[in-house]
Amino acid sequence: MTQQFYVSPEQLMKDRADFARKGIARGRSVVVISCREGIALVAENPSPSLHKIGEIYDKIAFAAVGKYNEFESLRQAGVRYADVRGYSYDREDVTARGLASVYAQSLGAVFTAEQKPFEVELAVAEVGISPDEDHLYRLTFDGSIADEKGFIVMGGQADKVSEAVAAGWQGELDFAGAIRLALAGLVADKEADTLPASAVEVAVLDRGSESNRGTRRAFRRLDDADITASLGREN
Amino acid sequence: MQETTANQVAANATSSFTEHLQRQRPDLLPFGQHAAGQHVQTGGPGVPLQAPHGTTIVALTYAGGVLMAGDRRATMGNVIASRHIEKVFPADQYSVLGIAGTAGIALDITRLFQVELEHYEKIEGTLLSLDGKANRLGAMIRSNLPMAMQGLAVVPLFAGFDRPAGKGRLFSYDVTGGRYEEQEHHTVGSGSMFARGALKKLWRPNLPESDAVAVAVEALYDAADDDSATGGPDPVRQLWPVVYIVNRTGAYRVPERELAAVAGTIIESRAVAQREA
Repeated sequence: MTQQFYVSPEQLMKDRADFARKGIARGRSVVVISCREGIALVAENPSPSLHKIGEIYDKIAFAAVGKYNEFESLRQAGVRYADVRGYSYDREDVTARGLASVYAQSLGAVFTAEQKPFEVELAVAEVGISPDEDHLYRLTFDGSIADEKGFIVMGGQADKVSEAVAAGWQGELDFAGAIRLALAGLVADKEADTLPASAVEVAVLDRGSESNRGTRRAFRRLDDADITASLGREN
Repeated sequence: MQETTANQVAANATSSFTEHLQRQRPDLLPFGQHAAGQHVQTGGPGVPLQAPHGTTIVALTYAGGVLMAGDRRATMGNVIASRHIEKVFPADQYSVLGIAGTAGIALDITRLFQVELEHYEKIEGTLLSLDGKANRLGAMIRSNLPMAMQGLAVVPLFAGFDRPAGKGRLFSYDVTGGRYEEQEHHTVGSGSMFARGALKKLWRPNLPESDAVAVAVEALYDAADDDSATGGPDPVRQLWPVVYIVNRTGAYRVPERELAAVAGTIIESRAVAQREA
């Protein structure tokens, strides 16, 4: 019988983390920004149908970078979790905190127990009545969870993008301003100085969805025309 | 066929919230296997279970879409259980549903149906077709058949705007989940035969929206006039029917003050006419 090679737990975890980080670093970035009108989620994504940003529940959205099949299964699991919870208790009992902790547990379990860790990084955003009450959670492949203020940048060139976004961030931005800032961040590492509307995916969590649109579902996906319009508004 | 991982993944992939509940949390369904086998406790042999019942719902098509209205009364035997109950609900952005029958189960089925449609939309990233929605509702009513056999029946009326076809459409159901598309107008519940008579006289092709609201309220007025289980407009408590309109822009609820005016006009014209019937 062949003997298994001994690998120390430290080495095993380090190898897995390096593997996951490499996978994530290949992908394009996502920016989530909390602003006056709500939360803007902006991703560099040339596909019009394979989304990196999605609706989870009334006030909660999801954004991810990494392997599509892995984060898509996590998104669907999140929708199921939220819908079951909202159906069995009440809609207001579904919170980003609850969802984020379920994600943290699943990511953590996969990281330690499975053959291969998930090569994903997630953001869970919940819009509140005021910017102070917004919740932004960042979840990494090993199940670590962080509660962020203001904005989250994830993905391949997160450092450069994050620098550019941090330089321009202020709580008083409207959606157009937040989207412009996110796009300015996303092109920070590129040769070009703008991204066409067709190369990005933008969605917002509208703080005033009940009063503006008469719906408790705050999530709204912007199409190319909406993006172009919100970019052109102040130029 | 060999049970491969791919087969398992495909078999487990469902966009239906009800299917998910059936697998993971069957106890949460308003109708479940637990209810099918055993008998619901009744008040004794031959005595039906006393539970609030919802009554009359009317729906009609008009020039720009479709409209649904319900009275506000729930009865339990010969007692009024509620004067405030609402029986017409938005199912999603482009459809509404009205329910007659055992109120408790009907409200739960409505809630499940609303989550079902929203769940599909979130998982798939697209809305179900109107026929797809109507079929899903039929399947839910069929699941409730064992309860219906014990006297806890729910009969819905479903209306929505068919975006590809550019018109409003109406569907009625029987307790076995049979789905029937209705033309022009339809009504369900204990007062339906009286409301139906009124609709036959008042409805005409290409009704404008404001006239459609008046026709629906008058049909409910006639139902309330002859059916004790249907509640009429109540000026004392300022209670008016619940009316939803579905058109190209979506579903919205007709505001109270508009309904107060419409109901006021009908009551006034009847008073002026001084007729007994």
